[in-house]
Amino acid sequence: MSFDVAGTRRQFPILSAIIDGKPVHYLDNGASAQTPDAVLDAVRIYETTGRANVLRGVHRLAERATESYEKAREEVASFLGVPPTEIVFTGGCTAAINLVAYSYGSLLKAGDRILLSELEHHSNIVPWQLLRARSGVEIDMIPVTVDGRIDLAALPRLLTPRTKLVSLAHVSNVTGALVDVRAVVAAAKSVGAKVMLDGAQRAPHGPVDLPALGIDFYVFAGHKAYGPNGIGVLWAKAEHLDAMPPFMGGGSMIGRVTFAETTWAPPPRRFEAGTPPIGPAIGLGAACKWMAALDWSAAHAHEMALVQRLMDGLQKIDDTRLFGPASLQNRYPVVSFMLDGVHPHDVAQTLDSFGVAVRAGHHCAQPLMDRFDLDGTTRVSMAPYNDNTDIDALLTGVQHAARTLR
Amino acid sequence: MSDQLYQERIVELAKAKTGAGKLAAPTKSARRDNPLCGDRVTIDVRLDGHGRIAEIAHQVRGCLLCQASASALASVAVGRDLAGIATLRHDAERAIGRKEGEAGEPFSAFAPVAAHKSRQECVLLPFEALKEALS
Repeated sequence: MSFDVAGTRRQFPILSAIIDGKPVHYLDNGASAQTPDAVLDAVRIYETTGRANVLRGVHRLAERATESYEKAREEVASFLGVPPTEIVFTGGCTAAINLVAYSYGSLLKAGDRILLSELEHHSNIVPWQLLRARSGVEIDMIPVTVDGRIDLAALPRLLTPRTKLVSLAHVSNVTGALVDVRAVVAAAKSVGAKVMLDGAQRAPHGPVDLPALGIDFYVFAGHKAYGPNGIGVLWAKAEHLDAMPPFMGGGSMIGRVTFAETTWAPPPRRFEAGTPPIGPAIGLGAACKWMAALDWSAAHAHEMALVQRLMDGLQKIDDTRLFGPASLQNRYPVVSFMLDGVHPHDVAQTLDSFGVAVRAGHHCAQPLMDRFDLDGTTRVSMAPYNDNTDIDALLTGVQHAARTLR
Repeated sequence: MSDQLYQERIVELAKAKTGAGKLAAPTKSARRDNPLCGDRVTIDVRLDGHGRIAEIAHQVRGCLLCQASASALASVAVGRDLAGIATLRHDAERAIGRKEGEAGEPFSAFAPVAAHKSRQECVLLPFEALKEALS
């Protein structure tokens, strides 16, 4: 069955807006996706009929707020196929990785090793470097193949008995490549290492069956998954959360506080110190529910048809080079390219004049740019609500940049 | 608004590549990166006995605005010292709307950047690198 892109677009108010006299061709979903009515409504209902702090109040608004907040946790858990008690709300995806690096990282010893890849987002590199500075763990790096995939052939030589954690992008934010999770987990388990996936670019493309993946930690961002800003998710197996000390101290995360000693609340509250981002969490719950209701086999086929149209169109423009996998297999709808002789920022600025929003630059993946000696790329990242007119407007803009800026 | 950003004068300044390259024996060099966008400018200068620029060259790995700015700067930098370069920077800042007043040449070419706040640092990066080289 074909995907109802028009019906999907109608659910996103911004897509029918005219901004500075131009339509919105939004192809920067990898940075932040747009938000459907279902999410906007959920947040508005909380703010107008149930706004209060969670957990402690006894009045009816507090009870409503707590119920909505915990219901959101259930929606997120259901989206990932895990128990709600294993879902920790954080301030974002970066915050979630930092939580693991700080808390789980505190259980590691000097000389233990963390294995990352060359294509990681800075948010999956820098927290581990901070841990290295604190505790003396070592960081190893899996190289990337010429088509922008993590080179799993290098795994056997990089995994050692001291490797405690392998932390990788589930989908690359630059090349769209999907990592072979089964191969990673099998190899990591052979040395007793845990596996974390950064799902920031995967979660916006449909439910993730975490139990089937066999991993230990998963993180993603709300605002890239059609939810509000300021909310992210950490999932970890209960046994890991139970063993992990708090990341931040404050209200809500305690059992009992005295000046002599404080005990911790059980997870997930142990990791949610202070007033959490309640409205954003409720919005993310609605986003997960919205995503769960979508026909993703049709949506994914639609997204990949857009990728094909885009790649075909770019290849017809002289001196345009694609960066990333050449095929549509095991990838998600992120496409990076370079237009020789025109800097990616100038391509993106020109596209803006056609009403086309894309991202240009290093995409917070400077080691990957260095590996290929790139100034940056222009990145097109798609969502189910994108259509052929978005791709065609982009191709027109790239042709214009090629004609006028060289 | 973006339609007018890449006006002919800016594109021409960038294409002119005035001063592009390296000096064989620079008195001083400095490199500045913009961590937000990854633009990178390296500037070499040869100074005379009075701290004035006798020769200048730049290498830009960056966008068209950064290239145009480095090119414009190199076209008027010779004979100036640190204070003289600060005067030129004021011109550039006037052009992009960060300072009141009319911008002198050649920096008036950057007037379209006034409407694009996120791109203004691209114009100023070569000045940052040159200031560091002269300091």
